[in-house]
Amino acid sequence: MRPPSGLGYLGRKVVSALVGLCGVALAGFFLFRILPGDPARTVTRGRPVDAQQLAQLRHRFGTDQPLVVQFGAYVTRTFRGDLGRSYQYSAPVSALIVSHLAATVYLVGTATLISACLGSWLGARAAWRRGSLGDRVHSSLALTLWSVPTFWLGLMLIVVLAVGVGSVPGLFPTGGMRLPGVTGFVPVALDMLHHLVLPCATMVAVGYAQYLLIVRSCVLEEMSADYVTTARAKGIPEATVRWRHVLPNALLPAATLILVNFGGVVSGAVVVESVFSWPGLGSLFYEALTVPDLPLLHGLFVFFAASVILLNLVADLLYPMLDPRVRRP
Amino acid sequence: MTQRARPTGCIPGLAVLLSFGLLGVLAPVLFPPNDVGPLGAPGRPMQPPSPRFPLGTDSFGRSMLAVTIWGARGSLPVGLLAAAVSVSIGVLVGLVAGHCAGWAGAVLMHVTDWFLVLPTLVLASVLASVLQPGVGTVVLAIGVTAWPSTARMVRAQTLTVQARPYFERAQALGAGHWRLMGRHVLPNILPVVLAQAPLSLSGAILAEATLAFLGQSDPTKISWGTALQLAHQAGAVSAGAWWMLLPPGAAIVAVTVASAGCGRALETVADPHRAVRP
Repeated sequence: MRPPSGLGYLGRKVVSALVGLCGVALAGFFLFRILPGDPARTVTRGRPVDAQQLAQLRHRFGTDQPLVVQFGAYVTRTFRGDLGRSYQYSAPVSALIVSHLAATVYLVGTATLISACLGSWLGARAAWRRGSLGDRVHSSLALTLWSVPTFWLGLMLIVVLAVGVGSVPGLFPTGGMRLPGVTGFVPVALDMLHHLVLPCATMVAVGYAQYLLIVRSCVLEEMSADYVTTARAKGIPEATVRWRHVLPNALLPAATLILVNFGGVVSGAVVVESVFSWPGLGSLFYEALTVPDLPLLHGLFVFFAASVILLNLVADLLYPMLDPRVRRP
Repeated sequence: MTQRARPTGCIPGLAVLLSFGLLGVLAPVLFPPNDVGPLGAPGRPMQPPSPRFPLGTDSFGRSMLAVTIWGARGSLPVGLLAAAVSVSIGVLVGLVAGHCAGWAGAVLMHVTDWFLVLPTLVLASVLASVLQPGVGTVVLAIGVTAWPSTARMVRAQTLTVQARPYFERAQALGAGHWRLMGRHVLPNILPVVLAQAPLSLSGAILAEATLAFLGQSDPTKISWGTALQLAHQAGAVSAGAWWMLLPPGAAIVAVTVASAGCGRALETVADPHRAVRP
């Protein structure tokens, strides 16, 4: 692969993101228009209809047009932000997404920040004490937590810390984002933090392992680099070498991993939000899945996929800025 | 050269997997099918652990021990099948993408990367909800969404194998594409693929449980995921009925940790550069 440089690199990344977005449109069309079969048949299932009524229904759904025309109309509407109306809420899907976005960003943002910091710190420490008991304990604990089903961990945390087992009372709310009766800035902020603890802890517990592992292996790699030997030979204290020389370089891949790994975070958010009835996009997706509310499901699918692709583009564009080594022609 | 790593690390994991497999096979002998049917359950609903039911009973009054052991019968085959589907797709795509230089390989890699960044669970659950519900759909939904990491790894391995002299010799002697891929590349990348398989299994079992929890599996089939979904639906959480949640979840964790550990141990042997450094 050619090393990325300048405008050509930028252009290639933007084009590939655009192709990715077209892929999302194609997948949305395939999943929601072709796979479920003829909507006219689904609507009239179990009822006697004649050919003329079927044709009328097909005309109304637009399924009497050739597939290419249908796809064209679909893409135009989707790019204009018209994602249809939800059956269940009888409201525009795009408005629902906008109104639920803030809660998800609040939860996912906090959890990602904490997991990245915690994972990086533990990963760096594990690498510096490679092979020690602490390293082995931390690495295996992180890997074990990574293999735990997110929803199960959430349920167990609710049982133990929110409902309470035996004589131990519940410490945290069982779900939701805030209590309805609370007013005033500080009480609301405290209440929202109180509600955030368990869902956030669940996401962090399952998610910090990957940051730990990547920072650990990057630190190990950097520790054997020549500039580290030079720094040590100059008599720079080991702590300075570690914190000022090695860590900044090792953190670069972790920084991009945050954005690249957004797909996994979205999956985690769907599960955590449905377990904790967190009023965000994940709960919306879960409800849409249970009803099933296909327009809402479709809108959320397109929104999730498109935001993941755009964040990957951001990561691709940020990386050369963060790390001059990839910029070299 | 240091001594070659041995796959001893995978023995405990393998033992755990085999014992769960054995329990699953023996489930009908240990607990008659009637005991785990929704009707004619032997106990009262949602009872805490007691001498008669060491792990308590679920909302139908079935013994949680029986449900957990029968769950292995539901979860393990689905996980194995889904892992087999995803590994097969991954090997096929990775081989072809690595072998066909030029636009075909590039297109395949772009498709792989596209699938890799997408939220897997969202895609799988949408697929499962759009198709007819059932076990086959769950296998398909997991298999179709979980292959990209295998494909990337297989492609990288294919490229290294193709850089070796014997491959050039085979090419010079006029071997065709299928022969080159099937006889010369595939056998050489097989160890790495086999090391990847337990990791895929671990992911597939987690995905099966999660899809079942989201209500996309067949609720009449007993699996660890449906047992947890049932517990959630029956309000086990607010009732504090931890015994309905703990056993199936612990079984999932045991199996995923065991198979992931097995995979990492095998990976250290098959491909020391990629493996997590000890």
